[in-house]
Amino acid sequence: MIRLDDLVVAHGRRPAVHHLSGHFQAGSLTAVVGPNGAGKSSLLRAIAGLHAPAHGRVQLAGKVALLPQAAALDRAFPISCLDVVLFGLWAETGAFGGIGAEGRARALRALASVGLDGFAARPIGSLSAGQLQRVLFARLLLQDAPVMLLDEPFNAVDAATAAVLLRQIVAWHGQGRTVVAVLHDLDLVREHFPQTLLLAREPVAWGPTAEVLTAANRFVARRMAEGWDDTAEACRQAA
Amino acid sequence: MEALLGPFAEFGFLRRALVGCVALSLSAPALGVFLVLRRMSLTADVVAHGMLPGVALGFLVAGLSVTAMALGGLLAGLAVVVGAGALSRATGGREDSALAGLYLVSLALGVAIVSTAGGAVDLSRLLFGSVLGVDDAALWLMAGTASVTLVWLAFAWRPLALECFDPGHAAAVGARGGAWHLMFLGLVVLNVIAAAQAMGTLMAVGLMMLPAAAARFCGRSIGGMVTVAVAVALGSGLAGLLLSFVADLPSGAAIVLCAGVAWVAAVLFGPVDGIVTRRLAAARHLAG
Repeated sequence: MIRLDDLVVAHGRRPAVHHLSGHFQAGSLTAVVGPNGAGKSSLLRAIAGLHAPAHGRVQLAGKVALLPQAAALDRAFPISCLDVVLFGLWAETGAFGGIGAEGRARALRALASVGLDGFAARPIGSLSAGQLQRVLFARLLLQDAPVMLLDEPFNAVDAATAAVLLRQIVAWHGQGRTVVAVLHDLDLVREHFPQTLLLAREPVAWGPTAEVLTAANRFVARRMAEGWDDTAEACRQAA
Repeated sequence: MEALLGPFAEFGFLRRALVGCVALSLSAPALGVFLVLRRMSLTADVVAHGMLPGVALGFLVAGLSVTAMALGGLLAGLAVVVGAGALSRATGGREDSALAGLYLVSLALGVAIVSTAGGAVDLSRLLFGSVLGVDDAALWLMAGTASVTLVWLAFAWRPLALECFDPGHAAAVGARGGAWHLMFLGLVVLNVIAAAQAMGTLMAVGLMMLPAAAARFCGRSIGGMVTVAVAVALGSGLAGLLLSFVADLPSGAAIVLCAGVAWVAAVLFGPVDGIVTRRLAAARHLAG
């Protein structure tokens, strides 16, 4: 389980996530939705421990694997698909540990399971956006973490890739892992994600998807993200 | 062959410079490759300029003593690297104008200090290098730096590669990217100082960055890039020292010019995204 306690994540003095409390049930599959700039990525980075909270805290047990937005990577970097996937073994090998035939076999299996059989030696510069996202998914497979955080996993990928990745997410859910994904496609959320957190810096609604994704809530979310006010109500209450 | 090796067989000072260049050609270009991959190509330049006041102070105190100048350079270089990092964080990544200011002031300060103590010959020698500058102490510094760097790289390769490619993932898996990066910058400073013994402070960076920049157009893996960069550095060291001897040029400038030829060739004809290579491939594609 991931528990958030009055969590505030800030960039400089601008809060990106504002006084968020609640929890992701162990083994739950949750979509995080909300307008641009609603603090969705910041929330994931805070849960992954990459961004120290300005206030409040994140409590969780066990390993966390994060899929960052693929756009952040340098596509011209001279590295092969296999080597990218093998970085997923870091928790086991560390900086110096050997990888061995077994590790390589696992990496090749992970590549095959995202439909990239035979891509091991290909440099990432030769991949499409969808294929690169599949490689990053394969790396997540090797990380084998009980908690998976996915930041816009379907952004700029083709339909076939989205289908492969969605199947993988559903499989993780079936294995009892906790999955939290930032998404934009509300139809997809309704169809496949039992839980939803609607975020607009402050949480608008959090719970079963059908109850969260009402028109009224989405209207509130858009208004909250646009009409941002530094002296918001929740902040004065907390102070 | 005779013409190539003759001067080295005849003159001891040329042999010493060559040995020093060979040693550093094995280590400095590898660091350069990681700098290029991190898009920090200008950092080495900032280091080279920034360490000059330290080198000059060493010169002021002890004359042309390798120990004093290297020590002064090391301290000043580390200060500049740490200062540049702090500037970068404080300005939110918009550090380029601050860095330009930093290294111009450092360069002017260094030139001013050397000019008060020595003459134009000393200044030219410090800035652009002289093959006569490689004494025993300088050779030990160069060989020692290369050895330490190579051993360290053997351990640091994986974390460095991860930190370059995906710092976010490095942080997420607890790879201590920051610590490795700091050690890496320390070795960059050390390599620039060691190379400055034969090439001068301003030209020393050439042996690190030009081969690495050329390798960007030739290697499809980090290992491949480092191999190419080391080969370019070895070739430019040998050719540059000969050119320096034959044409009576400062050794640093001669070596950098030779590396520059390799770099231009790579930009044009390199198998990875070379300008001419790409045009030819496009033409073949249209014809086929």
